[in-house]
Amino acid sequence: MAANTSFDLEEITVRQANQALQEADAGSFTVANPKGVHALVCGLDAPLEVSIDGHVGYYCAGMNKQAEVNVDGNAGTGLAENMMSGKVHVTGNASQSAAATAHGGLLVIDGNASARCGISLKGADIVVKGNVGHMSAFMAQTGNLVVLGDAGDALGDSIYEVRLYVRGKVASLGADCIEKDMKQEHHDQLRALLDAAGCEGVETSEFKRYGSARKLYSFNVDNVDAY
Amino acid sequence: MSNEDWGLRESYTFDRNTIHEIQRAANTGLYRIRGWGAKRPLPTFDDLVFLGASASRYPLEGYRESCNTAVTLGTRYAKKPIELKIPITIAGMSFGSLSANAKEALGRGASEVGTSTTTGDGGMTQEERGHSSQLVYQYLPSRYGMNPDDLRKADAIEIVVGQGAKPGGGGMLLGQKITERVAEMRNLPEGIDQRSACRHPDWTGPDDLEIKIQELREITAWEKPIYVKVGAARPFYDTTLAVKAGADVVVVDGMQGGTAATQDVFIEHVGIPTLAAVREAVRALQEIDMHRKVQLVVAGGIRSGADVAKALAMGADAVSIGTAALIAIGDNDPEYEDDYRKIGSAAGFYEDFQAGNDPAGITTQDPELAKRLDPVKGGHRLANYLRVLTLEAQTLARANGKSDVRSLEPEDMAALTIEAAAMAGVPLAGTGWIPGQNG
Ligand SMILES: Cc1cc2nc3c(=O)[nH]c(=O)nc-3n(C[C@H](O)[C@H](O)[C@H](O)COP(=O)(O)O)c2cc1C
Repeated sequence: MAANTSFDLEEITVRQANQALQEADAGSFTVANPKGVHALVCGLDAPLEVSIDGHVGYYCAGMNKQAEVNVDGNAGTGLAENMMSGKVHVTGNASQSAAATAHGGLLVIDGNASARCGISLKGADIVVKGNVGHMSAFMAQTGNLVVLGDAGDALGDSIYEVRLYVRGKVASLGADCIEKDMKQEHHDQLRALLDAAGCEGVETSEFKRYGSARKLYSFNVDNVDAY
Repeated sequence: MSNEDWGLRESYTFDRNTIHEIQRAANTGLYRIRGWGAKRPLPTFDDLVFLGASASRYPLEGYRESCNTAVTLGTRYAKKPIELKIPITIAGMSFGSLSANAKEALGRGASEVGTSTTTGDGGMTQEERGHSSQLVYQYLPSRYGMNPDDLRKADAIEIVVGQGAKPGGGGMLLGQKITERVAEMRNLPEGIDQRSACRHPDWTGPDDLEIKIQELREITAWEKPIYVKVGAARPFYDTTLAVKAGADVVVVDGMQGGTAATQDVFIEHVGIPTLAAVREAVRALQEIDMHRKVQLVVAGGIRSGADVAKALAMGADAVSIGTAALIAIGDNDPEYEDDYRKIGSAAGFYEDFQAGNDPAGITTQDPELAKRLDPVKGGHRLANYLRVLTLEAQTLARANGKSDVRSLEPEDMAALTIEAAAMAGVPLAGTGWIPGQNG
């Protein structure tokens, strides 16, 4: 398909747009008039550049592989859910469960992310320039969540090996989540993530790191109050 | 209960199991986690009988007049529905809870007789994809191992809302079963206890489910049937909502349904029996005029061709088996009696699927134990067993004059207990009475 192909969702259906994009193996694309439709540009699997002009509904860029998706607007629930690789960027805010279970790739949210951002994360990186809602990184397994603003209640509840970097206030930490030292390797990693997300002028020293206390890794009756 | 000494009287309220459990709880401070399904007496398909032929119904000739067993699942929206030769499928059981050899055996056995098998919590393995001619890929709350490539390799997708053994409960794979391979597939450290979430991370409720189904269809080009599996909690509403959300197939798993590892209290006390659930699910489909348009698969305690035939007669399109399939490939085999004894169990009683030390090499990740199960032989045994179930169901269908097992109907049956009559909606034997319907 030729470079700079544009789709207008007033003229074609989501199915047609998705199918064309899923079949493309390269190129850049724009999608106009998304008007909050669901499941837009999901299941991509090629190094495409896709720009969406406007707000998207649920599961935008779901299970993305390789593609770089830009949303000029807000995104609904489950943005980039189960992403495997590639990059998804939203200029506005994202609703609940952004990057849920994502295995790889980078999600950048310029605004705020709602509850459960990075829930059950399985390896992807998330950078939220605003705040994240409650229960973010709930049961998150591996990967990184960087929050430039504040985090809501129960951050990192029951997390495994995910690293959480928060610049602002944390309303409360969830079960088994504790503050941890920022060592050089963490500064280096955070720097790389901030650079990848285009956060110039933000110093890694402004962040605190949180992670698992690993106390709930094996069920133990002495921890019963934590459950 | 002692046979010899009538001076010893076992308490009905505090029987030996109960006393043992109180002692165990007092010693450990932990609730009991185990595999298998509910073990206490429950109303079952055994409480129904077929009427057979009579002056008003004539039978079909066994072995001569054909009786169809094929069924197609996913005719509603999927471009490529699943075509099964027999109405008995293998239920989702995770790699992790089962060894790779066990998964292979299930795939081989199912494929030999033309039916499907199902992945489980933990993702798809090469062993089962390679050996399953038709493979259903489970989409579970944990999303362990979930990826779009495997999704596309599947022949159908099953969104798991719940499971009969534990409607509302998540999963648990204890550390001893988390080997390097299992850990890697699930993106978790080796050797730690793994909880599988009880809710999906990115949708709650039927309206979201509808959008989730749309997304899965978009990713797989609207080719694959989408099943929604629910534990038997509120089957009337769950079935209605699954259909509204766009399911091609609804799977209802009754409380007898097996599990790899769940709290005993959950297994025995949550959910309703399969018998009661089937009737409610069928009633839901009939009320919205979707019976046979959306196919119904029933699971939970299916053991014999009689169970299969009765489930179909009540209105299911197919059944699904877990525990029975494991037994068929070699679970609880008396050959390993000594080994069962060594771990405090006995052949015929073994239920500690969570422990990882299964003498039959099925619910384990221990390479030495896993070697005990020959996947080729195990697969063949499963195929044999599935053939028997099919022949039995056909025998019962012919006896009731049916040339298709799915033509069996509630009118072909009577109930032996008032409870079964009320739950199944068939008259108590020798009467016309269906409690709650006609007096
Ligand atoms: C060892 C084992 C593992 C199971 N794993 C899963 C699973 O991963 N996902 C799921 O939906 N159900 C799972 N189940 C439940 C089965 O899919 C099925 O619902 C149940 O076994 C049916 O009841 P039955 O065992 O009486 O035939 C498992 C069952 C067993 C016995």
